[in-house]
Amino acid sequence: MTPSMKSSATKIVALIALIGLALVPVIGSRAMVQDLFMVLTMLVLALNWNMLAGFAGLVSVGQQAFVGIGAYGMFAAVILWGLDPLIGIVVGGVVAVALSIPVAFFAFRLNGAYFAIGTWVASETVRLLVAQWKALGGGTGTSLPKGTTKEMFGVDVVKDLIGGSSSAAADALTYWLALALAAATLLAGYMFLRSRMGLGLQAIRDNAEAAKSVGVDPTRLKALVFVLCAFGTGICGALLFIQITRVTPDAAFSVVDWTAFVIFITVIGGIGTLPGPIIGVIVFYVLQRALADYGTVYLIVLGLIGISVMLFARKGLWGVFSGRTGIELLSLRHPAPRRP
Amino acid sequence: MIWLDTIVQGILLGGLYALFAAGLSLVFGIMRLVNLAHGDLIVLAAFLILTVVSALGLNPFVGALLAMPVMFGAGWLLQTYVLNRVLGDDILPPLLVTFGLSVVIQNGLLEGFSADSQKLSAGPIEAASLPLGPVTVGVMPLLTLISAVLVIFALNQLFYRTRLGRAFRATSDDAVTAGLMGIRPRNVFAIATGIAMVVATIAALYLGMRANFDPTIGPARLIYAFEAVIIGGLGSLWGTLAGGIVIGVAQALGAAVNPEWQILSGHIAFILVLLVRPRGLFPRAND
Repeated sequence: MTPSMKSSATKIVALIALIGLALVPVIGSRAMVQDLFMVLTMLVLALNWNMLAGFAGLVSVGQQAFVGIGAYGMFAAVILWGLDPLIGIVVGGVVAVALSIPVAFFAFRLNGAYFAIGTWVASETVRLLVAQWKALGGGTGTSLPKGTTKEMFGVDVVKDLIGGSSSAAADALTYWLALALAAATLLAGYMFLRSRMGLGLQAIRDNAEAAKSVGVDPTRLKALVFVLCAFGTGICGALLFIQITRVTPDAAFSVVDWTAFVIFITVIGGIGTLPGPIIGVIVFYVLQRALADYGTVYLIVLGLIGISVMLFARKGLWGVFSGRTGIELLSLRHPAPRRP
Repeated sequence: MIWLDTIVQGILLGGLYALFAAGLSLVFGIMRLVNLAHGDLIVLAAFLILTVVSALGLNPFVGALLAMPVMFGAGWLLQTYVLNRVLGDDILPPLLVTFGLSVVIQNGLLEGFSADSQKLSAGPIEAASLPLGPVTVGVMPLLTLISAVLVIFALNQLFYRTRLGRAFRATSDDAVTAGLMGIRPRNVFAIATGIAMVVATIAALYLGMRANFDPTIGPARLIYAFEAVIIGGLGSLWGTLAGGIVIGVAQALGAAVNPEWQILSGHIAFILVLLVRPRGLFPRAND
């Protein structure tokens, strides 16, 4: 197969997968829609974290700050300013970007491991500050007013389209938004990494000094990635909590739910590869279903798999598969320039 | 006078945080290893002491003495068979492995001991207090601070006065050259992690005697410990003590204004110190 045939085969497979997933609210059950919604949002978080840690070398343990602030931004838009939740999602993304700038200002002064701890402390600080926000319930949190999601913009259209109740239509709508967000994040990540800036980013990861010597500005590029990932993570957080409908500081800024799981998904699937988070989220979901009745055992298994991957297969499941078979999807390699 | 009292209580609290942080600081200084499981390892040690104490009916201090060699062995094995394999220029693998370890230990303890709160009972000493001039201090917090100072003094003696300490410092400065001089960095690392686990056991002793603990409290303790290490500066053990005290005093002052602000003011102090001095107060080694 020539490279161009491979790439069009990839496109066809991706398109079929996308159409299949888009049809789920029409043909599948509501429980399936809700399950896949969680899978897709975890995928979005994992794609963003993979971009940070796998490509930009920014190992953040504080991404829950942006999930939480995105969720709270959306809640503020709905409850305090009376806006539609869908506009609230955009507000969530914007607020996350606004937060990412001071966090970056602080955390970028720290390198390597200090950065990881710095982002974690920053996130805890934001959580404790938000818990002081009495208008949104302080430490005990608050709920979306009853019926908000059913009256959301677009729910009527969806209801006419697929039938069923307003709540089912709201689920379908948030599901499609999650699917669109996941597809957009994947595509944007691919295009960014194939671009001049993406090349610069990977050059920094492989050898920072050499990259600097050919004119790449590491701090600027990394800061850009950090802010963009905060935007994606914030939007995803807002979307997640439209579905959950209740927010508390502990749930919205949970390091386990929004960062630990995401790290395991990325590491198991293959950090620093684009298909990695997709594989990881599938493994995560299958494990979760298989071990749902065993509670903490599930987390122990997840932790042990994560450790084994780091010890024996750094590039994760996708890396092993790709290395054995030579199959590459969403390859980031460029052909060598042709000599004139 | 209330402010003086608050500051004294903060300094004493700082002693506990310095104990949490001392083992971390040692490992961090020698091999640049960020052990995200340190908080959970302290909790593990606390449960080990609890098991020994309740099985044999001993005083917690004696229980801790028995737990120390076990924890040293656990640290040595952990470093030799797991952590040594992931140390290198890339900081991601050790971070992720210790992160996985943290989740495994925490949930393993939940599985074995349930989520119930536990406490190590030390008898009447728990409630005893001493009048010291204008303020009254609890015997237990005072003992914690004294232990922290003693631990850090002992680690410094080890570091600067013994052959092993010379090997630690040499490996910290340049592991490859140290290797050429007949030191085996991997062995040095394993012993260092073993010692860090002994210190973690002492921290666990005071953690368990001073307040309730359950399997999930590790990460919060880890954050305070890291704040102390980073504020103090990489590789400086006295700096770690100073860092612990900064966090302790900031938390005590915050709590005096509004109890909800205790943890928050500790974090804010950390952020402020790092904004002014990104490498901490007393950095020894270059990173």
